Amino acid sequence: MLHSSIDRAAHATPPVLARRIRGLSDRAIAWIFVAPSIVLLLAINIFPLIWTVRLSFTNFRVNRPNEPVQFVGLRNYLNILTDKDIWLTMQATAHFLIWTIVLQVLIGFALAYLINKKFRGNDLWTTIIVLPMMLSPAVVGNFWTFLYQPQIGLFNYAIGFLTGADPSSFSMIGDTSLAPWAIIIVDTWMWTPFVMLICLAGLRSIPSSIYEAAECDRASSWRQFWTITIPMVLPFLMLAILFRGIENFKMFDLVVQLTGGGPGSITELTSINLKREAFEKWRTGYASAYAVILFVTVFGLASIYVKALNKVKQR
Amino acid sequence: MSSFSVTEPSAPQKWFAGTLVVLYAVITILPLLWIIGTGFKSPSDAIAYPPKTFFEPTLEGYVNLFTTRTRVSEEQLKEMGEPKTWYERLVRKDGLIIAGPSRFPERFYNSVIIGFGSTVLCIVLGTAAAYAFSRFKVPLKDDLLFFILSTRMMPPIAVAIPIFLMFRSLGLNDTHAGMILLYTAVNLSLSVWLLKGFIDEIPIEYEEAALIDGYTRFQAFYKVVLPQAATGIASTAIFCLIFAWNEYAFAVLLTSGTAQTAPPFIPTIIGVGGQDWPAVAAGATLFLVPVMVFTILLRKHLLRGITFGAVRK
Repeated sequence: MLHSSIDRAAHATPPVLARRIRGLSDRAIAWIFVAPSIVLLLAINIFPLIWTVRLSFTNFRVNRPNEPVQFVGLRNYLNILTDKDIWLTMQATAHFLIWTIVLQVLIGFALAYLINKKFRGNDLWTTIIVLPMMLSPAVVGNFWTFLYQPQIGLFNYAIGFLTGADPSSFSMIGDTSLAPWAIIIVDTWMWTPFVMLICLAGLRSIPSSIYEAAECDRASSWRQFWTITIPMVLPFLMLAILFRGIENFKMFDLVVQLTGGGPGSITELTSINLKREAFEKWRTGYASAYAVILFVTVFGLASIYVKALNKVKQR
Repeated sequence: MSSFSVTEPSAPQKWFAGTLVVLYAVITILPLLWIIGTGFKSPSDAIAYPPKTFFEPTLEGYVNLFTTRTRVSEEQLKEMGEPKTWYERLVRKDGLIIAGPSRFPERFYNSVIIGFGSTVLCIVLGTAAAYAFSRFKVPLKDDLLFFILSTRMMPPIAVAIPIFLMFRSLGLNDTHAGMILLYTAVNLSLSVWLLKGFIDEIPIEYEEAALIDGYTRFQAFYKVVLPQAATGIASTAIFCLIFAWNEYAFAVLLTSGTAQTAPPFIPTIIGVGGQDWPAVAAGATLFLVPVMVFTILLRKHLLRGITFGAVRK
């Protein structure tokens, strides 16, 4: 449409004027506008990625630049996939992923459902609930270690107050059985509002006429909830899960500051483990292979998930 | 909506929902209020048991945040005479003297420079690309847009190794320029996707009219489209700024001295004997409060920003 109107204008005017109207051709402008972004992303994202793939087939170590670099084929990959510790790391990541998503979906949806009851002042309270989400995970995670202190921490005090347990009898970060939950609690605190906001958009997108029709058909409110509300919110909810899934698969800053992967390596998620291999043990080639495996995993899972999401949307 | 509408919740329902939501909001805001409060506590109040809700406010945490202190003997303290400033007096109380400024202002300044620098670049590049994607037939448009989005899926640590090597050979390690470029690349996907959404919403007829009136494409872009997209550009800029501001993984791996930002620095604030929680809390407060203010300003566009424009209200 745009082209035709410009062309018409251009044909109807003398050549000199036509050139002034069009200036550079649209195609040239499009390239001038897009190219800088693409070049930057190629330089700082794709080039490093290709480099990572190349390094992953070698035994290169950054801290030993003078050693000859050898091509080792798939040995790094085989070593990683047969390493028991890495599978434990993957399990810790899966535990973290599944529980944060379950909790955030349940609480986030419930909150959105309640806020959608349009009580007075709901906007104000929504804004307050949303605050933790935008804050720096590293700084917040660091401060939570203070709230989790066994004797003096606010969290332990509150739990002690509510359950009668002695606040100094447990350490959320120090106990191997509690540490995985310590990171889940903080992540849920930070990111439930994200799921809540998306669910709220979903709930508000349902036209009230559907409920009115259901009411005419004397559908119970329970039935309305399961046959109208849930199916209509589902695509939104799945989108929220996709975002949370990708973000938490990459999780680094919050957990590093909270537990640093400890105690032992109970909360050592894949990103933390990778950082250790790459920047503490300096096994560059090995860590590169590890990075490639992680990237392929997240990309593969996300693609499969997006296909499922599109199916739900089409229904 | 009439009071007989079936979709309007009843008064008791509203009360019930309101009470639960307010309860959740109070619990969720408590840790943040605790951070702000701890910043005004004395070190002994901060680690008191049971945790103190009411306390005598002091600026000790903030003084400790901005200074380094050393312990001196009592005789030396007497020789020095009366403290001249209020902050000297606060520090002397514990038998310490101020040895010099801390590194916090530098780190904070680095965060500001890198945050704003990358935001400006991100917006300039992002607006141009978004305009082209929105208005022109770019070959492989969908693939390029998906490629831009997919750069966000990479765990930062996964590309950190080659970036570290690349920056080292280019002399960009631990420099403002390097971090600005890096954060621009990280946030570019967000900026392109969000801005494309905003520009898509501007009716194309305005530009057509301008073109027919004799404007060139560039003129139409900056005289017609840019003013219309101003709100969208502003909210996108705030998102880029917040994400760059909060970034930690690259900052901790690629900066150590001159270009280190605040997030890796704040957790390392240590006082005389153990972690100085009031000082950490003071630093965290100064760092987090601007983001809280921006979040409140952004609340209408929040959903759009965090979902890369996938969900619009």
